[in-house]
Amino acid sequence: MTTDTAPVPTTEPTRPTVAVRHLLAQIGRYTFLCAILGFFALPLLWLATAPFDDTPTVTASLPRFTLDNFRALLDNPYALSSLLNSVYLAAGTAALVVTFAALAAYALSRVRVPGRDALLYGLLLLSSIVTGTATMVPLFELAFRLNLIDSRLGVILILSGGLLPAAIFILKDFMDSTPTSYEESARVFGASPLQIMRHIVVPLVRPGLATVGVWAVANVWGNFLVPFLLLRGPDKAPAAVIMYTLYTEGGQADLRLLSTFSLLYSLPVALMFVFVSSRYGFRFHGGIKR
Amino acid sequence: MSAITMRELTKVYPGGVRALDALDLEIADGEFFALLGPSGCGKTTLLRTIAGLEVASGGSVRIGERDVTGLPPGKRDVAMVFQDYALFPHMTVRDNIAYPLRIKKVDRRTRGGKAADTAEELGLSGLLERRPGQLSGGQQQRVALARAMACHPQVFLLDEPLSNLDARLRLEARTFLKRLQRELGVTTVFVTHDQAEALALADRIAVMEGGRIRQVGTPTEVFRRPANTFVAGFIGSTPMNLIDARVHGGELAVGPARLPLPDDSHGQVTDGERLVYGIRPEYLDYSPTAVPGALTGEVVVVENLGSVSLVSLDVPADDTGPADAGSPAGDAGRTSVQVVVPEGAEPEPGDTGWVVPRPGRSLLYRDGTLVTATATAEVPAPRAGAAVRS
Repeated sequence: MTTDTAPVPTTEPTRPTVAVRHLLAQIGRYTFLCAILGFFALPLLWLATAPFDDTPTVTASLPRFTLDNFRALLDNPYALSSLLNSVYLAAGTAALVVTFAALAAYALSRVRVPGRDALLYGLLLLSSIVTGTATMVPLFELAFRLNLIDSRLGVILILSGGLLPAAIFILKDFMDSTPTSYEESARVFGASPLQIMRHIVVPLVRPGLATVGVWAVANVWGNFLVPFLLLRGPDKAPAAVIMYTLYTEGGQADLRLLSTFSLLYSLPVALMFVFVSSRYGFRFHGGIKR
Repeated sequence: MSAITMRELTKVYPGGVRALDALDLEIADGEFFALLGPSGCGKTTLLRTIAGLEVASGGSVRIGERDVTGLPPGKRDVAMVFQDYALFPHMTVRDNIAYPLRIKKVDRRTRGGKAADTAEELGLSGLLERRPGQLSGGQQQRVALARAMACHPQVFLLDEPLSNLDARLRLEARTFLKRLQRELGVTTVFVTHDQAEALALADRIAVMEGGRIRQVGTPTEVFRRPANTFVAGFIGSTPMNLIDARVHGGELAVGPARLPLPDDSHGQVTDGERLVYGIRPEYLDYSPTAVPGALTGEVVVVENLGSVSLVSLDVPADDTGPADAGSPAGDAGRTSVQVVVPEGAEPEPGDTGWVVPRPGRSLLYRDGTLVTATATAEVPAPRAGAAVRS
């Protein structure tokens, strides 16, 4: 256009034009942000309204309020127990991951091993494969040979194995930032390595342990494939697997049950985040000064 | 309460760094002992080896009658105060002080009481329920000392005890530390790179360089009669003047000037021999008029140190050969001499001045080692390449 060509003398934009342009830019920016926000907020809105709706659809709408959906869900024999199963799996995995990752990270942080960093990065890289879809066949084979099919322990072990490398990686960072003089001081007073771990290191890296614990729980809570393949009966299946069974006889998704179950399914993890965050605060660096 | 004896103590780090080189040292029972040296001289390694945090590569450490060389730190009956105090941030002051007792399985009530007693001795009574993060630097240091005292060790080890305090607090803490050590009477070893701190606190000082001890002695000995040019240059707030000189007819020739030989060097030097003449700036008297037996030169710099000034003179020196390795660098044939001048008598740069050594305060060094009446040096200089041996 002509305005872009150099020889045309440009006039100083007047004050009102600047203001208008600024306003337009603001409107544009906020419209964009609203669109993004809506994109993420609508599913959540659906999750808040649909469970209380008489006839829920896939759209979020003002519900005709009812609690019938919850009553119907309670009639499902596996719905509530599956949430409990999820708790078992998540708690077991989180406990294993936090314990072993803390021990391993402490050792890796304090002992000079040649090729330590390469080992860590290698593990981290491989960990995404361990619980990934690609290794499901060998993992199933392994669990079968070890007699761990249809066992919660099997699921917990396999999930822990997948989460451990990343957990060690995160925790090692916390351990590295703890001055060794604390431990040396305790050593001079005669504390044993396990006492040092219990009295000094664990309290100092507690925010890190909380972070890893929550992260492990959230991972297990959302994991579908491993329990789906390794657990046979619906009596042991966690919520993520049971949700898959909430269909009508006709093969249609039962939105009333599904939405209600979704709400119950997401609440524990959300509450846990709020609790742990307020208690310890999530930080990925540091671990000493409060 | 015990003496500490080290024999042939050696520490070689993986990678070949020889941090301690066959070191012999005896620290007497109840002594306040300083390990002094520039950074990297091995003083902290020595302290950590006594504590057991470093495993000796060779030699032995004895505390009292026990050989502790192979014992883990917790079994040596020592307490260490770290440079950063290493107070556990998640524990209260009471729990921190009681921690050694907790390890010894003393029950909660007893150890709480003992912690409170120790805290009271150090004036920390009101702070028992605070966290270390809520304390000032001086208070943190006293909590660390209280924690070390609470387990009644035979030996205290202090790693740079005053370096984390600001200058004002440091003087206060220094006096406090000296009094506390005197009252407790426990053998105490501390590490410092600050010669003033070592002189002020210690009963005896070991000056270290390159993993070896260059001199052991009382602060007075180390200050007045440094055994070698390294110690001479390291000790003192202003380093000793080390001037190339030549023996000439029963006198010392420094350039055109003639100085009397130090008393105990008579009969130890030969005519024409080239030596290093050492004199502290504090032991030189400045004169604006010509005096006999003085070095003379032009005033180059005047530094005000408060009650005194440090004056640097450019003095013509012995120009018959290259400067000795131990002497301060200077132009061939000229050398810088520093002198402490009392307030009111400061010259102006550009003036010509004369400096006279006080009798009995000057020293002579041959090959970096003090020339004494007994003629033998106690500690030899480290062999060339000693640090990379084996």
